[in-house]
Formats: sequence, structure tokens, C-alpha cells
Amino acid sequence: MNNLIVKSPPAAPELAGGKVSHGSWLGLAGAAMCVIWLLVAIFGPWLAPHPVGEVVSDNVFDNLSIAYPFGTDYLGRDMLSRILVGARFTVGLALVAAVMASGLGTSFALLSVVSPKWLDELISRLMDAFISIPSKMLALIMVSAFGSSVTLLICTAVLSFTPGAFRIARSMAVNIEALEYVQVARTRGERRLYVACVEILPNILNPVLTDLGLRFGYIVLLLSGMSFLGLGVQPPDADLGSLVRENIGGLNQGAPAIVIPALAIGTLTIGVNLFIDRLSSLRSRRSGGH
Amino acid sequence: MNSNTLWLIGRRLGAAIVTLLIVSMVVFAITAVLPGDAAQQSLGQFATPEQVAALRLKMGLDQPGVLRYLHWLMGLLSGEMGVSVSNAMPVSDLMAGRVPNTLMLAATTALVSVPVALILGIGSAMGRGGRIDSFLSFFTLTMVAVPEFLVATLAVLIFAVNLGWLSALSYSSEITTPLQFLRTYALPVMTLCCVIVAQMARMTRAAVIDQLDSPYVEMARLKGVSKMRIVLRHALPNAIGPIANAIALSLSYLLGGVVIVETIFNYPGIASLMVDAVTNRDMALVQACTMLFCTAYLTLVLIADLCAILSNPRLRNQ
Repeated sequence: MNNLIVKSPPAAPELAGGKVSHGSWLGLAGAAMCVIWLLVAIFGPWLAPHPVGEVVSDNVFDNLSIAYPFGTDYLGRDMLSRILVGARFTVGLALVAAVMASGLGTSFALLSVVSPKWLDELISRLMDAFISIPSKMLALIMVSAFGSSVTLLICTAVLSFTPGAFRIARSMAVNIEALEYVQVARTRGERRLYVACVEILPNILNPVLTDLGLRFGYIVLLLSGMSFLGLGVQPPDADLGSLVRENIGGLNQGAPAIVIPALAIGTLTIGVNLFIDRLSSLRSRRSGGH
Repeated sequence: MNSNTLWLIGRRLGAAIVTLLIVSMVVFAITAVLPGDAAQQSLGQFATPEQVAALRLKMGLDQPGVLRYLHWLMGLLSGEMGVSVSNAMPVSDLMAGRVPNTLMLAATTALVSVPVALILGIGSAMGRGGRIDSFLSFFTLTMVAVPEFLVATLAVLIFAVNLGWLSALSYSSEITTPLQFLRTYALPVMTLCCVIVAQMARMTRAAVIDQLDSPYVEMARLKGVSKMRIVLRHALPNAIGPIANAIALSLSYLLGGVVIVETIFNYPGIASLMVDAVTNRDMALVQACTMLFCTAYLTLVLIADLCAILSNPRLRNQ
């Protein structure tokens, strides 16, 4: 009886109406930002008005103008072109790493759920150990040991974000695995691979995809942070974090060359978070309704 | 405190030590075993095999990895962390000079952020669904999502460039007046606080709301107790455990943020020392700094868990 009272939903129905429109508006804005950045990452390099390495202006740290909409950088290069090209690195690297981290984490989770207890225990303990190293620390020691390269950055991001994906996927898969239809499939004599991929995976796919979105945001932050420290994407290539770093000299003049790439990263990650937040609240409302 | 609680705490402490050992193994494996032959690397391509062999012997690389790990671990525990190659100084001396600065930064940040976050969190829990609450939820989401250097850049632009109140990107080592202290610490602390306040306020809000939804608070409300009194006298004492847990967890976000903030503001702390060490590939220094940060992180998580254990009345009264 006590339990029932505690678990009952908070009594605030009058808030629901106002919140829904507010939330959906923010969610739409977030989705729009994600789509825009995805398009920029795909088509950006072709849209760039100037070659990315070309010095086009005599003025360094120029202000916004018609010729150079985002100003010029510390060498007098066109910022708009550099951002359009840099976005591909930021979005692309993070997307590859996030898909790999989520994929690996989910595969390990499915494997550990359908495999014998000792293997489950082994995988879980190993993931626990990796989760207790903060991602920035892991990235720093990886770079110090192997030197920075695009491959290493992706490996590092996968290494630090797989355990989190594993934890979430495993906790959901364990719940599904205990359900009757999975037990029926097992009794029927289905193979483990079948149980994992056909019975369990489709039922955890939605939350796993949501988690992938969140992880994408974290990886963008990690990689652009590393680039900002000069330990990420190496020149002559530049992602958005490197653009902030190379123009740091313009900070005292308030140059757009430093503000705009920083804002670009901000809009990308905020967009992803708003969109994901909206998706999860929609889902929790739907499952709450049943 | 009964034997049950003591046992739980003991087990949690044991788990923390085991985790720290595993972390040290991972750190040692990545920095010392995987990259290959450090002697060959430091001598370059054109070294004769005899030179390489001599250096290997001198660096102790001829021993198996496990022995080297144990040697390194003993060194860490006794404070002998080797010599920093790029600074030609013992690592312990270098770190001893920087740790107080970072601790000062962290302590100031904690002192500022905890009260602000508690007020925000409790306030928005009281006015759930209201204006403060929806502002807080948007603020939290934004702050968690943006990189620290965006916050830092904007703060410098506003307070140093446009308003001219603070000097940007400078650090003066001698601080004598409170005004100097403020000028030095205001921007780094503000940047660090943004993220931490957002996290902490959100978790505090959840903890207080959890209590406000419970039957005993409803009882108090039905008796006609004032809203302020319900929160301060009824809900808050019961939410102390989760809130302490939230504070410890949020402070662990400092570790990531401090790396960026110390670099952007040229602050001579342990994190900027570590970034320099990574840039110069100064392994002994990188290892020592990483272990220090991981230990701090695990300690904060441990404190968070202990708060959760100690504040659970079901464990206390059994």
C-alpha cells in the first residue's frame, strides 16, 4: 500500500499543457540544429567560398563583413570556409566514434546477457575498471603514449565511451532477458545468437539509439577539448576545437575568429542534447500512459 | 552505526582500492608497455644496438613488464615518482609546487558553487514547473552541453574586453589584497562554476522533489504547515544524504573542466603541468599526474557512495 502511494505520479496535471508546447518547441529547434550541422558536415567543403588554407585578406582578426561573413583568422584566412571544412572533422569523427562505441557496447551487453555467468562477470568488471578513468585523462595518456592522429582519437573516444554504452544496454537487456517470451525462445532451443539478435535487440534498440545521440554529444566535447589543448586534430587539418585554439590570440580584441567556432560547437552539442531530451521525455510519457 | 553498515562501508572501501589498482595497471600499460621501446625512441633511429642496449639496462627496460609495474607502483606509494625529462627535476618537486594552486582553485570553486547550487536546486524544487524551474532545466541542459572554452571565451569577452573589470588571461603570483585575489580567480572560478552549479542544482532538485512527493510531506501539507517549513524542517533533513552524494559527484566534474580552464587562463596548476607533460611526452610526469587525478576522482565517487550508504535509514536501523 505504501509503495503504491510513493510510486503514484506527481500530482501536477495543470503543468502538462504548458510544458508540452515549451518542450516540443525546444526539441524542434534542437532537431533543426542537428540537421543543419549534419548538412554542413556533408556539403560544407563544397560550399566554402575560398580554399581552406588560402590567405585572402591582409587584415588578421577582421570583423564580420560582406566579403568575409565570419571575419578572418590569425593569418587572414576566411573563417567561413575554415568552419565549413572544420565541421566535417568535428561531426564526422564524433559520429564514427559514437556509432562504434554504441555498437561495441551493445554487442558486449548482448553477449554478456546470453553467455555463462563467469563471462558476464568478467566483461562487467572490465568495463567497470575503464569507466573509472575520466575520459579526458584517458585521452591525455593515450596521446602522450602514441602521439595524436585521427585514428588514435577515434580509438580513444571508443575506449572511453564503450563502457557507458555497455552499462546502459546491459541493464536493459537483463530486464528483457527475464521476460517470458525470451525464456520461451530459450526453451524452444533457439541458439544464443538468435535470442540476442531477434528476441532482445529489437526491444532495446530505441533507448540504445537515444544513448548514441548523448554519447555523440560527449565525444564532440571530448575531441574539441583535446583539439583546443593542441592535442587533437593536428595541423594543417583543423576541426572546430583547433580553430578556437589557433585564434586564441584574438581573444583580447574580441575577434569573431575565436567566438564563432566556439559558438558553433555549442550550437551543435546543445542541439543534440535538446533533441535527445525531447525524445526521451516523449518516450517516458508514452510508456507512462500504458 | 551497526555491523551491517560497517561491513558495507568496508566492502566499498575495498572495492575502491581494487579499482585504483586496476586503474594504475591500465595507466602503466598504456604509458610504459604498449608504446614500445622507450630507449630506442629517446636515442632515435641512428643509435647503435650497443647504445640502445646500454640505455635499456640503465632504464630497467630489460626486466619484464610485471616487475617494472611493481617497481613503479612502490615508487608512487613512497613518493619517488622518477625524474621529469623535460624539466630535469624530480616529478615530486614539480608537483608539490603546483598542487596547492589547483587545490586553491578547486576549493574556491566548491565554496562558490555549493551554496548557489543548493539555493537554485531547492528553489526550483519548491516552485516546480514554474519560471525558475523551467529556466533551471534549460540552463542545466545548456551548461552540460557546451564546452568549457566557450564559457571561458564568452566570460573573457564580457568581463575583460567589454566591461574591462578584470584582466584577461593573466596570473600574478603574489596575492596580497582581496581585490587582487578577486581579479585573479574570478574568471577561472566563474567558468568552472557554470558547469558544476548546473549539475549540482539539477541533482539537488531531484533529491528534494523525491522527498516532497512522499506521504509524510503530504501529511504535513494537509496539517497546514507552511511551504517554507515543509521544505526546511521536513524534506531537507531527509534529503541531506542524496544532496551530499550530488555535491561529491558534481565536484568530480571539476577534474575534466580544470584541464581546459587552467590552460586557457595560464593558471599554474597541476592540470596545465599535465598538458605540458603530454605535449612534451614526458612520461614520468604524465603517469604521476594521471594517477593523482584518477585518485582524486575515485575519492570523490567514494565519498558520494559513502554518503548514500550512511544516509540510508534502512541500513542504519536494521
